[in-house]
Amino acid sequence: MPLDKKVKISIKAILENLDEYRPKRKGWTWRRSLPKGTGVGYFSYDQISEPIKNSVPLPAAHYFNGIDPQPDCVITSEIASGRFEDDIRRMRMAAWHGADHIMVIRTLGQSHIDGLIEGTPEGIGGIPITRKQLRASRKALDLIEEEVGRPINFHSYVSGIAGPEIAVLFAEEGVNGAHQDPQYNVLYRGINPIRSFVDAAVAKKIMASSEMLQIDGAHNANASAKRAWKVMPELLVQHAINCAYSVKVGMKKESIALSTVPPVSAPAPEFKMNFIYALTLRELFKGYKFRAQMNTRYIESDLMDATRIHVLDTLVSRLTSADVQSTITPDEGRNVPWHVNSVKGVETAKHTLIALDGIKDLLKVDYDQARPEIRELKMRAILFMEEMLEVGGYFEAAEDAFFVDNGCYPERSGDGIARPKNGGIGAHTVIPRDPDYMAPVCDHFGINALPDGLEKPCELIDGCTFHNADKIQFIDEFDETDCVSKRLDPVLEDRSANALQPEVEWAGDAWIQLDMTIPDNEEYAEAAAIEIARRLNLEEPSVLSKTVLHPSEGVYLELKARLPFKLDRDTLQLPEKPHLVEEDEIFDFFEKNPLNVVAGTVGNDEHSVGIREILDVKHGGIEKYGVKYAYLGTSVQPEKFIDAAIETNARVVLISTIVTHNDVHVANMKKIHELAIEKGVREGLLLIAGGTQITSDLAVSAGMDAGFGRGTQGIHVASYLVRTLGRRNT
Amino acid sequence: MAKPRSDDLERRGAKLRKMTEEELDSYFWELADKIAEPLVDLARTHTSPSIERSVLLRMGFNSLQAKEIVMRIADLGLLGKGAGNIVLRGSQETGSSIIEAGEEMIDGKHWDTVEHLFKGGKRDASR
Repeated sequence: MPLDKKVKISIKAILENLDEYRPKRKGWTWRRSLPKGTGVGYFSYDQISEPIKNSVPLPAAHYFNGIDPQPDCVITSEIASGRFEDDIRRMRMAAWHGADHIMVIRTLGQSHIDGLIEGTPEGIGGIPITRKQLRASRKALDLIEEEVGRPINFHSYVSGIAGPEIAVLFAEEGVNGAHQDPQYNVLYRGINPIRSFVDAAVAKKIMASSEMLQIDGAHNANASAKRAWKVMPELLVQHAINCAYSVKVGMKKESIALSTVPPVSAPAPEFKMNFIYALTLRELFKGYKFRAQMNTRYIESDLMDATRIHVLDTLVSRLTSADVQSTITPDEGRNVPWHVNSVKGVETAKHTLIALDGIKDLLKVDYDQARPEIRELKMRAILFMEEMLEVGGYFEAAEDAFFVDNGCYPERSGDGIARPKNGGIGAHTVIPRDPDYMAPVCDHFGINALPDGLEKPCELIDGCTFHNADKIQFIDEFDETDCVSKRLDPVLEDRSANALQPEVEWAGDAWIQLDMTIPDNEEYAEAAAIEIARRLNLEEPSVLSKTVLHPSEGVYLELKARLPFKLDRDTLQLPEKPHLVEEDEIFDFFEKNPLNVVAGTVGNDEHSVGIREILDVKHGGIEKYGVKYAYLGTSVQPEKFIDAAIETNARVVLISTIVTHNDVHVANMKKIHELAIEKGVREGLLLIAGGTQITSDLAVSAGMDAGFGRGTQGIHVASYLVRTLGRRNT
Repeated sequence: MAKPRSDDLERRGAKLRKMTEEELDSYFWELADKIAEPLVDLARTHTSPSIERSVLLRMGFNSLQAKEIVMRIADLGLLGKGAGNIVLRGSQETGSSIIEAGEEMIDGKHWDTVEHLFKGGKRDASR
C-alpha cells in the first residue's frame, strides 16, 4: 500500500502483521552525486545529487519553476518526541523537506538498562528503543522513502550498557547508522570504562557486518565543557581513539563518521576558530567520513539566533567538507523540539548548502596564515596522547580526569570528568574468555574456539539470525497499559469524528504558540503576556523566549499554551478557490472584446514587481491574452488613475498597493472609488486592487470590485475579468 | 586527579616543532594506535553479560530468554565458556533443539549436565 500524499500515514496499517515484516534494505546509503554543472531549471549546479520525486521546495522556489535541487550530502533530522507513532509522521514531514537521515533519539535513561526493552512504552525526550518501535519505524520509512523517491537512513544509538545487544537488534531490523563510541559511555553515562570498551568491540563488529555508518560521540565534549572552545585538542584525541579502535576491530574507514561540531559561536569571533578547527580535523582524518553537527552548546531559546548559528556552521561544512550535514531543531534551546522546527532545521541546512553550491572552487585557503594554527592544534592533541600513554593509557587518563577539562591542553583547569577504571555502572562484570570460549554465531569479535572446517560459525546452529531472519523472535507488547494502542485510541476516535486540534509534537497535544510585543520592562511584560493568554482562555501558558527590545520600551515574547477546545472539521468554511477560465476561452474573449486597462502602484509605493508580473507577457501576465495596458508607473496618485482611465477609454483600473502603514492602502482604495463616483465613471469601471496584504473582502469593503493577494498570477486576474465583463456584456 | 596547569605548549611542544606536516600527522596516528591497541586486546580476550546476551539473540532467543539464561550461567561462573557454547552443548547432549534446550534451562533443567560438561566449576565472576 503506497502512501498517498493527500492521506495521513496509517499507524494502524503500519502495526498490522509487524511480526512478519522484514526491512527491505540494510546498510548505509549515500546520495548519488550528479556531475559538476548539472542543470536544474534556469541554473547550473556543482554539488547536487539525484532529484527526488516528492518534496516541499524552499520558500522562494515558485519564482524558479518550483525547482528543489538536492545537495550532495546526506541531511539529518533528529526526532525525539517520545512517541514513535508521532515520530513517524514527523519523519515523513522531514523527508519531504529533504532529510534522508532520520536520527531517533532514545528515551532518558535507556543507557543504564542492562538488556533490551520490549513493546512500545512512551519515552521522555526520545523513544525507548525496542524491536517493535524500530520495526514499525523502519516499515514506515520504507514507505516514506518510496514516496519521496530516495533511500532514507534510519539511525539510533548503540551506546549504554547493552551495546552488543542493541547492535544485534539494529542489524536485524535494518537500522542503517548508529552512534557508537565507548568514550561516550564512560564520560557522560558513568558506565564502567572496561565494560564500555569490551562491549564496544563486539558492537562495532556487528555494525560493520551490516555496513552501518558509525558516528562517534566526540562532539559531546564540546557540548559539555564550560569553555567549549578550549576542548579542541581533546576533541581531536577523542575522535582518534574511537577511529583507531574501530578500525582495529574491523570497521572500514569509510563506515566511520566523525561527529564534528564547530566549537564556538558569536559573540566569540567564531568563524576563524571554527574554520581552523575544521581544516585541522579534515587534514588529520583523511579517509574517514564527516558528520557535521550544528553547535548545540550555545543555542539559546531564540530561534533566529539558533538559525544564524546553523547557517554559519553549514558554511564551515561547505568551505571544508561534510558527508552528512546534521540538523538540530532550532528550538533545542527551549527543550521543546516540535514538528515545525525539525522541518525548519532541515530547510536551513538545505538552503545553506544549495546557496553555497560550488563556492569552494572560487576560494582558496591562505595556508601561510592558517598553517601555524593548524600545527598548534595538532601538537596540542599529540601532547595530550603522549601524556595519556605516560600515565598508563586510556583507563588511567580517564581516571585522572584528562577529559572535558576546561583548559586548552596542555593547559589544565583541573575540572575534568574523573572516571575510575573499576567504578561506574557495570563495574566488575567483565570476565576473561576461557581458552575453550566459543560463540556459534557470525560476526562475533574476539577469540572464539570454533571447531575447524566451518565455512561460517553459525553452521553449528543451522544459521544465526543474520543469515536466517525467520529465527528472530518478535515480542509484541510487554505492558498493556503503556503501549501504542492505548495512546492511539483517542487519536483515532478524534480523527473518525473529524475533530481537529492543533499540535506541536503529539497528535492532539493542543499546544499553540503565540507571540507579542509588550511595551514594558521584562518582568511586567512576562506577567502581562501570561495574563493575556489566560484571558484568551488558553491553558497552561508559559513563556518560551524573550527578546528585550529595550529595558523599558518593550519586550518581544513567545508563549506556548494549550487550546481548550477541538474544532469540528466538517463545519469549517473554506475560502472559495479562484475559479479559472480555460486559456483558450480567455484568448477568445479578449479577441472579441478588446480591453484597455490602466495600471500602476498607488500613493507612495515603489513596489512594482507584483504588478509587472500581473501585466507583462513574459511573466504570464494579462498582456499574454491580448489585453492592452497603460502602465502609469509607481507612486501614482489616485486622481491620475481615474483621469488616465477616462483618457484611454479603459474599462479596468489595476492598482497595486504593498505599503500598509496606517492603513494607507485602504485609504487609497477608498479614494479611487470615491473619485470615480465624483467623476461619474464608477459604474463603467472595474476597480481592482492587488498586494501581499490585500484580500478580496478587504478590497471590496474599501470600494473596489475585487482584490487579489499573495500568489496571484495573471490568469487569476484574466479569469476574473472574463467572468465579470462577460456578465456585464450580456 | 589532573591538577591545574598553565599552558606550557612552548616547552612541551619544542620537540614537535621540527616535524614536517606529514611527520606530525603520522605521529598523531602512531599515538592513537598505541592507546587503542591494549584496549582491543582486552576486548578480544574478555566478555560481558551483554556480549553473551548478544550471542543468544543471534542464536534466535528473545531478549527475556537471553537475559535469564545469561544470569544463570553467570551464577554458575561459566560465562567465560560463552553462553552460546553452553546452550549449544546442552542441546547436543539432550537432543533438544537450541531454543528448546534454552527454554528448558530457564525452567531449571540440564544445569547438572552443563556443570559436568564444563568442569570449570565455580569461578570468580569479578575481576
